[in-house]
Amino acid sequence: MTMHLIPKPLLFHSNDWDFDTIRRIYDACERIALGELGLDVYPNQIETITAEQMLDAYSSSGMPLFYKHWSFGKHFAHHEAVYRRGFGDLAYEIVINSNPCISYIMEENSATMQTLVIAHAAFGHNHFFKNNYLFKQWTDADGILDYLDFAKNYISECEERYGHLAVERLLDAAHALNSQAVHRYPRRTKPDLRSEERRAEERRRHDEQMYNDLWRTVPKSDKPRSGVSDEERRRALLQLPQENVLYFLEKTAPKLAPWQREVLRIVRNVAQYFYPQRQTKVMNEGCATFVHYKIMSRLHEQGMLDDGSYFEFLKSHTNVTFQPKYDDPRYGGLNPYAIGFAMMCDIERICAEPTEEDRQWFPDIAGSGDGMAVLRDVWANYRDESFLLQFLSPKLMREWRMFHVVDDPERPELRVDAIHDDRGYRRMRRALARQYDVAWTDPDIQVVDVDLAGDRRLILHHNVVNRLLLEADDANRVLQHLADLWGYDVLLKEIDTATGMVLKEHRASAQPLGR
Amino acid sequence: MHIVDRRLNPGGKSLGNRQRFLRRAQSLVRRAVRDQSRDRSIKDMGEGGEVSIPIDGVREPSLRRSGQGGLREHVLPGNKHFTEGDTIPRPQGGGGGGGSEGSEDGGGEDDFRFVLSQDEFLDLFLEDLELPDLAKTRVEDLENPAWRRAGYSTSGSPANLSLTRTMRNSLSRRIALNRPRTEEMQELEEEIARLEAKGDEPERVKVLQLRLEDLQRRRKLIPFIDPLDLRYRQFAPYPKPVAQAVMICLMDVSGSMTEHMKDLAKRFYALLYIFLKRRYRHVELVFIRHTHTAEEVDEQTFFHSTETGGTVVSTALVEMLRVLNERYRPEDWNIYAAQASDGDNAPNDNERTVSLLQDQILPLTQYFAYLEVKPEDEPLSLGLTSRASDLWRAYEAMDDAGPRFAMRQVRHRRDIFPVFRELFRRRGQGAGAERVGAP
Repeated sequence: MTMHLIPKPLLFHSNDWDFDTIRRIYDACERIALGELGLDVYPNQIETITAEQMLDAYSSSGMPLFYKHWSFGKHFAHHEAVYRRGFGDLAYEIVINSNPCISYIMEENSATMQTLVIAHAAFGHNHFFKNNYLFKQWTDADGILDYLDFAKNYISECEERYGHLAVERLLDAAHALNSQAVHRYPRRTKPDLRSEERRAEERRRHDEQMYNDLWRTVPKSDKPRSGVSDEERRRALLQLPQENVLYFLEKTAPKLAPWQREVLRIVRNVAQYFYPQRQTKVMNEGCATFVHYKIMSRLHEQGMLDDGSYFEFLKSHTNVTFQPKYDDPRYGGLNPYAIGFAMMCDIERICAEPTEEDRQWFPDIAGSGDGMAVLRDVWANYRDESFLLQFLSPKLMREWRMFHVVDDPERPELRVDAIHDDRGYRRMRRALARQYDVAWTDPDIQVVDVDLAGDRRLILHHNVVNRLLLEADDANRVLQHLADLWGYDVLLKEIDTATGMVLKEHRASAQPLGR
Repeated sequence: MHIVDRRLNPGGKSLGNRQRFLRRAQSLVRRAVRDQSRDRSIKDMGEGGEVSIPIDGVREPSLRRSGQGGLREHVLPGNKHFTEGDTIPRPQGGGGGGGSEGSEDGGGEDDFRFVLSQDEFLDLFLEDLELPDLAKTRVEDLENPAWRRAGYSTSGSPANLSLTRTMRNSLSRRIALNRPRTEEMQELEEEIARLEAKGDEPERVKVLQLRLEDLQRRRKLIPFIDPLDLRYRQFAPYPKPVAQAVMICLMDVSGSMTEHMKDLAKRFYALLYIFLKRRYRHVELVFIRHTHTAEEVDEQTFFHSTETGGTVVSTALVEMLRVLNERYRPEDWNIYAAQASDGDNAPNDNERTVSLLQDQILPLTQYFAYLEVKPEDEPLSLGLTSRASDLWRAYEAMDDAGPRFAMRQVRHRRDIFPVFRELFRRRGQGAGAERVGAP
């Protein structure tokens, strides 16, 4: 280990930085990230911005360019007010899942903070974006900025051509359905003409081979079957049931103009782009935090960071990974940074020096020796829910002193269902993992039918689990938006999945969408 | 790796979003601004500031689960003494610590707070207020209108010759007609000189000389600048609205005016000043105080030094006319006057005051506001007329005062803004017709 004692020059001496410093920092981080941690990243682009520009970026979902809508102005006003009152700090960085990967760093940051931010964003998040299966499957890092550019121009052209009000109302309606605008499963790819032709040919040949004149003589019962098949056929044609409500409207709403469909498509595509981020909060932040911790520690070990800078780093690191207890006034749920970082450190420990318990719980990885290889595999192939379900260890549950509380309104009191003991580990882990399952936490809402022959009423179902109904006031507002887009009446039934009973119904009638 | 410095990029990228947000929440923000301005001191009136509007008006609804009812599960850190099967009394007013997502707007309560800039605040604050006859009558009979650029013409005075246009035309014409260039001819001449000096190719010299002559001829035919090329800047007259205003503050400073009354008057003047500032590029203030004599003073003296003496209002009007005659010709200035008084006047002066006002001052001014300030504790009189002051009655009796004159009574600080709004409320189309009769 005398290798480490060969002194390397400090990356920087004072906390001021210039572009040469940034480049030196970047190169040092890169050497560790790619060489020692074996990360695989998109090319990096680092942009320095001011606090005001950071606020700007905040309000448009962190993207460098975005179409215009009042709600972003509202968010900007809110962030600005909070920031001015000194209540909230701005984030140190924003990183964009694009190729090249763009990281914003603030000019106010000290050199130490810039090192932290580069390690965190340009390597941690970047590696996750490039390798995680959800991002690979659902997002197009190469094309997103071009697409947003197109979206921005398209919507501003629409504003000029059809008026601000019409576009605003359309976007309001589309945004209200934002969380019902994602495909949760990959769709069947659209068959192309050639394969369709080939299939038709095969079917014809099959029919010819199977042809037997005797079939003609078999008596048919035509009446009773046709009714059922008509309805089935209609549903199949409309791809019902459909949980992507905006997609359904874009494709089938009878009264929308082509530009309105295109705008719905834009909102839907953007929502889809952000969908993986919602499912991987713990992992994404955990990965970035773990990576920056590794890099910063190595830089310090190698003598490239002095003790003062290292302490400055540790201070903000511990701030970020702080988890208040449930009875602490600061408690606001589990901190994704904290739990992600703790679990990843735990995985590394299990690989390096497993206990007997670890060998029982994690036979595949315990004692494998190469923690980074395991982590790289985890980062690539899991999302929050599966990650927690698979890798939350009993040791960590004990350390965090986790317990599981069930709040059943039919009982007078809350009940502690499981605690950190042998009987509780698995149950508690399952319950926690489920809280990170977006498909479980988002209400399950589907378009089930539309009466095309009659009054064209659109019927949606909310499949209620655990008797958790929708917020009625909001639901009615959203339904109004939905009716405006659909152009006819809309009915939303909340149906209990356990009993099949209709618990509640919401209705809305269309008002003409502003033109 | 690239490092890009974006710090110098133009900021305010979300300005468009902000404008859309303010437009969206316009009525709410306007109400918030009005409410707030009631509590503000006049000095801060022009500042921006934090306002809060009900969150309901700018809600972004979504389909989400309600915070109440249903079976909920929480996994919490920091267990101290619970074991499996323990029960915990249900905490009041909430579903326990965890689970609740809260609203993304932080507070998530009834109010949405944000900061308005000074301009935004004033715009909303003074919105639907309007100056009576914003310089309209003056525009029509303006003697020397302003000039502004109105394109180019082919004729004009040499002073207005547009060199760039002319040269552009000349250049394109020269290129189009292929005018021989100077360099070309020089080259040719040098070549001829060289060959002549050598003297062994007379044939070629002859050819070249012919060519040179041809070029010289064409250069004469195609001039460098042709009269066709000439372009002159053209100007057109347009009626220029008078963009400056003078605001004349008249105040009775006799002993009967208390500090409270002066404070009321000051607040009114301040509002008027802010308002005029928004509408005119240049606003001047004139302070005229009076007892039984009147003089023009500076602001400090106007508000703070006390005088003793009787009260003769007409002196102030005479002084005002003098100032106007000397410095503010009505052709060049929009004239606004605001008079504050407790209503006392020497009885024999009323007639003269009214006639001065009606015959001489009102035709000159855009607007004359009379503000009668009253002590705060005086109860609201039932029969206003019986208790009305001398001056009030005199002004009231003035027939044909027209829309340029307005009078109001103010007792309390909180009345100032409503009275001000009332005086300058944007009037409907009917007001225009009313104005026809006025000079």
